[in-house]
Amino acid sequence: MLTDLWHYRSFVLGMVRREFQARYLNSVLGNVWALVGPLSTIIIYMVIFGSIMNARLPGVSDRLAYGIFLCVGVTTWAMFAEVVHRCLGIFVEQANLLKKTRFPRLALPLIVLLSAAVNFSILFGLFLLFLVATGRFPGWPVLALLPFLVVQQSLAVGLGVALGVVNVFFRDVGHAVAVLLQLWFWLTPIVYPQQIVGESVRRLLGLNPLTHVVLAYQEIVLRGTWPDWSQLLLPALCAAVALAVGVLAFQRLSGEMVDCL
Amino acid sequence: MIRVAVRSVAKKYKIYPHRWGRLLEWATGNRYTAHTPDWALRDISFEVGDGECVGVIGMNGAGKSTLLKILTGTTQPTEGSVVVTGQVAALLELGLGMHPEFTGRQNAVLACQLMGLEQTVIDECLPWIQSFSELGEHMDQPVRTYSTGMQVRLAFSAATVVRPDVLVVDEALAVGDAYFQHKSINRIRSFKEQGMTLLFVTHDAAALKAVCDRAILLDDGRLLRDGPADAVFDYYNAMIAQKEKDAEIEQRVDGGGRTVTRSGSREAEIVAVELCDVAGNVRRAFRVGETATIRYRIRIHRPMQIPTVGFLIRDRLGADVFGTNTYHLGIAPQQCLPGDDLAASFEVTLNLGPGHYSLSASIHRGPVHVDGNFDWWDRAAVFEVLPSGLYSFVGVAALPTRATVDVLSAARNSRAAEGVGCGGE
Repeated sequence: MLTDLWHYRSFVLGMVRREFQARYLNSVLGNVWALVGPLSTIIIYMVIFGSIMNARLPGVSDRLAYGIFLCVGVTTWAMFAEVVHRCLGIFVEQANLLKKTRFPRLALPLIVLLSAAVNFSILFGLFLLFLVATGRFPGWPVLALLPFLVVQQSLAVGLGVALGVVNVFFRDVGHAVAVLLQLWFWLTPIVYPQQIVGESVRRLLGLNPLTHVVLAYQEIVLRGTWPDWSQLLLPALCAAVALAVGVLAFQRLSGEMVDCL
Repeated sequence: MIRVAVRSVAKKYKIYPHRWGRLLEWATGNRYTAHTPDWALRDISFEVGDGECVGVIGMNGAGKSTLLKILTGTTQPTEGSVVVTGQVAALLELGLGMHPEFTGRQNAVLACQLMGLEQTVIDECLPWIQSFSELGEHMDQPVRTYSTGMQVRLAFSAATVVRPDVLVVDEALAVGDAYFQHKSINRIRSFKEQGMTLLFVTHDAAALKAVCDRAILLDDGRLLRDGPADAVFDYYNAMIAQKEKDAEIEQRVDGGGRTVTRSGSREAEIVAVELCDVAGNVRRAFRVGETATIRYRIRIHRPMQIPTVGFLIRDRLGADVFGTNTYHLGIAPQQCLPGDDLAASFEVTLNLGPGHYSLSASIHRGPVHVDGNFDWWDRAAVFEVLPSGLYSFVGVAALPTRATVDVLSAARNSRAAEGVGCGGE
């Protein structure tokens, strides 16, 4: 399977490049739009929670702290949501290719993952530059972001492929997932700090694997300390299960998938 | 070396009566069956070796496209196995997986990437694709602005930029113009000489015979014939004749049938049909009640009893007006041999209303043309019936009529008015 994908690397990379071009090619501002979306989200939250509601992170006096806190959560969530959402629709979207040409089908989720990674890198790169410029760069612990990102995206790909395959047969899945993703977003301490919710809710949040991932991001970027590695355990477990389910669903159903497109 | 090995392949499509069907099947772990199976292919087995060119023929819905899709790996067989060794290039249906917003060049690159070519190889190949497809500056226009012919040119050029071990073509070439078809068939031929294996779906006898040495005939998902291209294609032709005739019976029921169609096995063939007057002159117009002679010239291609010869007159709207045949008229059968020519004629009094009519001619084996149709020639001749000038009437038929009117009054001595109409003597 992997050697097949390697053989088709020029197709995968070509698709990633074309997708990036197609998304912004016909607009005057081009790649700028790749940033405007997430930036506007961040600004909205900052204005509402930071200025109007005068939110301060408990125990942090820095005025920019809440903005940075938001950026960490929103940018990483955006990538996660993009991968889940695009994987969900990718088989239906590329029906034409699937029906008429032969290539390893798993190239499609890979293309989604790589495109999302490109978008994320641009956005997060800018964010890190901002941290450097304002003298808030966390230093070496920033490397600890990587394993968490890998785990988070593995979870996204696993879920996305499993749901995407099922979505070919039942398009309801696509609609349901859009709703559930929104719910999931608010069940993750991205916009609000975990400390402000009650004990019972916090226990609930603890069951959400993404809570641990996001807490680790926030700790690394805001405090500049190495994260608690035990936080990686639950997300990694969930990611492994999701990937296994995704591969299983794909193997069981991909043969019949083309007949339904 | 065997390039393509197909063993007992069957393909089932599942038809679900309602949306919940599949969900129920999944929920019960397939213990409950909601779908009705639609077998597109059943028990197909054949092998194709290096450098062999195989035509795949059959009617619409026979399973040709499904078979090619399974060969190229875009869809999986339900049963059996397919082993294809080497690099496969495919031209399946129209559109060919092209992205309408991307330019021809970008799509060509995409197609090459899908064949697993390296970027450096692709860069070298692009000028060739541009020149072979003859797209010129259109190469940098979005594909959505292309005609279907241009798309096929681009797709064919990209698919054959390097010689694949196996090339699979599904009717796509039929869309291109004669010039490009010729060009692409030449390219296929030169690849064939270099040992490429070809599988080719076509309805075009000329193209089939030009490139294929072997053909397989599919009918209703089954492999009906596998053999030399000529023989299989002739068999297929005979098969269509059968179907065409069935379709025509439908048409007759509808009262349609405005186009000239000809069908039948041609074991006996109508060479000519003429409409003449009693003096033997060919005519296109007759007066009401005039006698016409329908003359047939028929050639026999196979030993047989004298076939039944029939005619059918239809009106302007295609509705049947009158038809009969030699069987019903009591002509005794006798033996004839291949090469025999028959002359048949009908003398018929055209008691028809003024208007335009068509004449369909047929020869067949039994009492009706449904059974063993040799030749059915729709609208073999058209003619006009003009008013006779004797008297006027309306309608499609001129029925011999005699009229009497009596004045039943005691005051006058009975005086009768009498008139005779129609029909000639």
